[in-house]
Amino acid sequence: MKKGHILGLGIIAVAIMIIISSIGDASSYESFSTAKEMANSGDDAPIHVVGQLTKDSMGTVTGLEVSEDKTSFTFTMIDNDGTVQQVYYNEPVPSDFIRSEQVVVIGAYKNENMFVADKILMKCPSKYQETELKTASM
Amino acid sequence: MINTFIGNLGHFMVILAFVSSLVTAYSYYQYTVVSEIEKASWRKFSRVFFYIHAISAVSIAAVLFYIIYTFRFEYFYAYSHASKSLPVHYMISSFWEGQEGSFILWIFWDVILGLVLIHTNKSWEGPVMVVFSLVQAFLVSMILGVVIGDLKIGSSPFILLREVANAPIFEVNPDFVPEDGTGLNPLLQNIWMVIHPPTLFLGYASTLVPFAYLMAGLWTGRFKEWIRPALPWTIFSALILGMGIIMGAYWAYVTLNFGGYWNWDPVENASFVPWLIIVAAIHTMITFKKSSTALKTSIVLVTLQFILVLYATFLVRSGVLGDTSVHSFTDLGLSGQLLIYLFFFMFVAIYFSARSWNKIPTSEKEASVYSREFWIFIGATTLGLMAFQIILPTSIPVFNAIVEAFGGISNMAPPADPVTFYTKFQLWFGVVLALLTAVGQFFWWKKMDKKALKNALATPYIISLLLAAVIITVAKVFNIAYMVIVLAGTFTIVANATILAGLLKKSTFKLAGGSLAHIGLGLILIGVMFSSGYSDVISINMSGLTYKKDWEDELNKENVLLWINKPLQMKDYEVVYRGRNKKLEGVPGYVSVNKLESTDNINEAIALEDITIDGKTYHKKGDKVNIVLEENSYFEIEYYQDQKLQFTLFPMSQPNPTMGLISSPDSKHFLQKDLYTHVSAINSYEDPEWSEGNTYEASPGEQFHLGDYVTTFEGGEVLNEVEGVDLEEGDVAVKAKLTVHDHDMNIPLEPIFLIRGNSVGKIPSINNDLGIKVQVDNISPETNKFSFKVNTYQKDYVVMKALVKPHINVLWIGTIIMLIGFGVAIYRRYDEFVKMRDKGLE
Repeated sequence: MKKGHILGLGIIAVAIMIIISSIGDASSYESFSTAKEMANSGDDAPIHVVGQLTKDSMGTVTGLEVSEDKTSFTFTMIDNDGTVQQVYYNEPVPSDFIRSEQVVVIGAYKNENMFVADKILMKCPSKYQETELKTASM
Repeated sequence: MINTFIGNLGHFMVILAFVSSLVTAYSYYQYTVVSEIEKASWRKFSRVFFYIHAISAVSIAAVLFYIIYTFRFEYFYAYSHASKSLPVHYMISSFWEGQEGSFILWIFWDVILGLVLIHTNKSWEGPVMVVFSLVQAFLVSMILGVVIGDLKIGSSPFILLREVANAPIFEVNPDFVPEDGTGLNPLLQNIWMVIHPPTLFLGYASTLVPFAYLMAGLWTGRFKEWIRPALPWTIFSALILGMGIIMGAYWAYVTLNFGGYWNWDPVENASFVPWLIIVAAIHTMITFKKSSTALKTSIVLVTLQFILVLYATFLVRSGVLGDTSVHSFTDLGLSGQLLIYLFFFMFVAIYFSARSWNKIPTSEKEASVYSREFWIFIGATTLGLMAFQIILPTSIPVFNAIVEAFGGISNMAPPADPVTFYTKFQLWFGVVLALLTAVGQFFWWKKMDKKALKNALATPYIISLLLAAVIITVAKVFNIAYMVIVLAGTFTIVANATILAGLLKKSTFKLAGGSLAHIGLGLILIGVMFSSGYSDVISINMSGLTYKKDWEDELNKENVLLWINKPLQMKDYEVVYRGRNKKLEGVPGYVSVNKLESTDNINEAIALEDITIDGKTYHKKGDKVNIVLEENSYFEIEYYQDQKLQFTLFPMSQPNPTMGLISSPDSKHFLQKDLYTHVSAINSYEDPEWSEGNTYEASPGEQFHLGDYVTTFEGGEVLNEVEGVDLEEGDVAVKAKLTVHDHDMNIPLEPIFLIRGNSVGKIPSINNDLGIKVQVDNISPETNKFSFKVNTYQKDYVVMKALVKPHINVLWIGTIIMLIGFGVAIYRRYDEFVKMRDKGLE
């Protein structure tokens, strides 16, 4: 075997390792119900859940509770399957949180009722492109 | 009045730029293929058209800047990216905040590079400029803004607001122009954001040059010769793109509040991956120049770096990363066009490479383990694997999109904790690279066999072992992986420093580029390890309360709540929040908001007292003063040690109407660490809703509890004049002097009571910091008692986070040394190219 071949095999081996590890460490988009099943079966790997904040008929966000020292909060979120779930986040309320159209929470169930988010991604459609004229600026 | 002329001019220039680039491509093609006799006239013709293209491209930029600079809010671009309160340098940021503007920036840089190439080349001009002009045609098509039925080609920055917005106002008044624009994303209001995008885009644009030389070489059958002119440009790309990436990291560090300089965000990854490939390409190209091997690898890498830049653009701009990145653009409907662009050049490259693959010279000789070619090849491979490991997970949303396009379902998400995930691999790749550079440099400069290698490496090896041992002990690095990093880092620094010393002795600084860049790499590795691995959150909330009873786990909260004036112990420091400040034009430092009263005009206020800093009075009471960006507040946070004030930090925050709270940290820089502080949440910034009043009675000299505060009523004082009121004969004005004690602060409150005939007037005294409004409700002369009516509101607070980043300066110094190394290498390679060109050998 030539040295070049050994080298080539080595490179391929590392590349395969990278691919397998990427797939292995990749998270997945799930619903709250599958997240709960996972937690019940002892799998506490963090997953992504996409959903919206619950809102009342006036469009105001409901269920947002900020802790007394303002450094953490809970909110209720409804995932794409319609499951409503209370989520705890151990950080102050992010700036554009209540304006977000969609939120992605990354985390896992810590017990039956509480989903703890390690990270929250927010999607605010107006963030980078203004698509509507706001009446306030008229 | 709406100015449609300027937009039409801009749009015309776009069309002219598009057409002229196509004409240039065609004529340079002719110039390349026609016989010698005809060449001169085709060259002249091509150049004229490239100049036309250059002028129109520059005009596009000028028109767009004019629209922003003159606040022409009838244009959508100006409306959505600028506002009147922005200082000029931020208007520059507004220019490239949108996708269209950043495409223009890209086009502009390509034009400059094209002009440089035309005037520095002899034989390459024709074929290289064909590739250039084709790329320009694709780029300009991105801003064409032509819509034919459902087909949309490009997005024009020159469309009017009324063509985009569905606001009813335009039915009433088509000539309506909004008063002000929506302004610049506040995260971009930072000096690094003014210079970072142009640098990054010059980096992006410059990757075209080596690619164009490669295509030209493959096309015209000069399979080897393209390397010489392409090499300095490849190093130039590495330098500029590297600089852009570092500036981005620095911007993130000083402006964004994720608490670091690198987040492994898809957008960051997308620019880092091409850079790694560029660096790999430099190494294989240098190898080829020295020993005629690795030509095919160079061809693959140079193609790849250009395609990866396009892929990065696609990732960032197609909206495909919408769910995974915090700062990608939204989709402008250009993703299809970008894909065509990417695939076009990919197929061109594959076609030309395949056509000439068998004619490309390769070395049959098997590379020995003691040859430099072998080690450099391993290094380039490592860089390639690094790039692969980053781009693969970053592309997960693209895989999902592809699977879904074929009707499948894929719910793969990127790794939940990207920092841990990427670090796991990149850390070891970094170590391998450091070791390779240390060994590789010796192979490069000396002929090596087993014995010579041992001799050459023994001394640096021993020195670096000792050095590493000292660092590990002194800095208490007790993690095995981190110890390995320190060892690898010091080894590469020492080994390369040895080489550098040898080169400098021979006074050939020109050749020092490589060893400098590698020393930089070693420093970066150590700097990253310390600043990230040993980053310490010192604002841990020690309250120890569990949030909910049904949930046992205790989580450390990484933020603390600071009430105004109330000290809090935070690791080695005691911190006190002292209130909000503004920046004033022409006044150094910060000025408390309590000294300012805002007016209806943007960025304008009235001074409520003299504004004096370090004994110099900048404004008198009652002066009109100009605030630098009124929206920004600077929160004064004092750090004490042993009761002594050590330093004060002023992290910034801006309550933004569309984005909520935008914060920028402030740092105290020490030689060996940074203390980094940022604001996570602030007290409501709207008008306070005062509580229902309480009434207190007190006689002069008495102390009483005013809400939570111990307060002394010093006494009343009869006034002869009251500000804002004309006192008449017989009027009585009494000022009550109250002192509120809040920890170490004594805050005066002076409400005024006025009697005119049978009516009374009450002028309250308000302190927003404490959330107190007090007025004199009555004075009873019989008992000598004053009764005060007090309304309260929440006192001011700030929620903040503080981190210590040890040895971050090592990282910054390392990057600077690496970039200097690139600079030296460019000089050397360009000099070489010029000499060969002037000999007519190029």
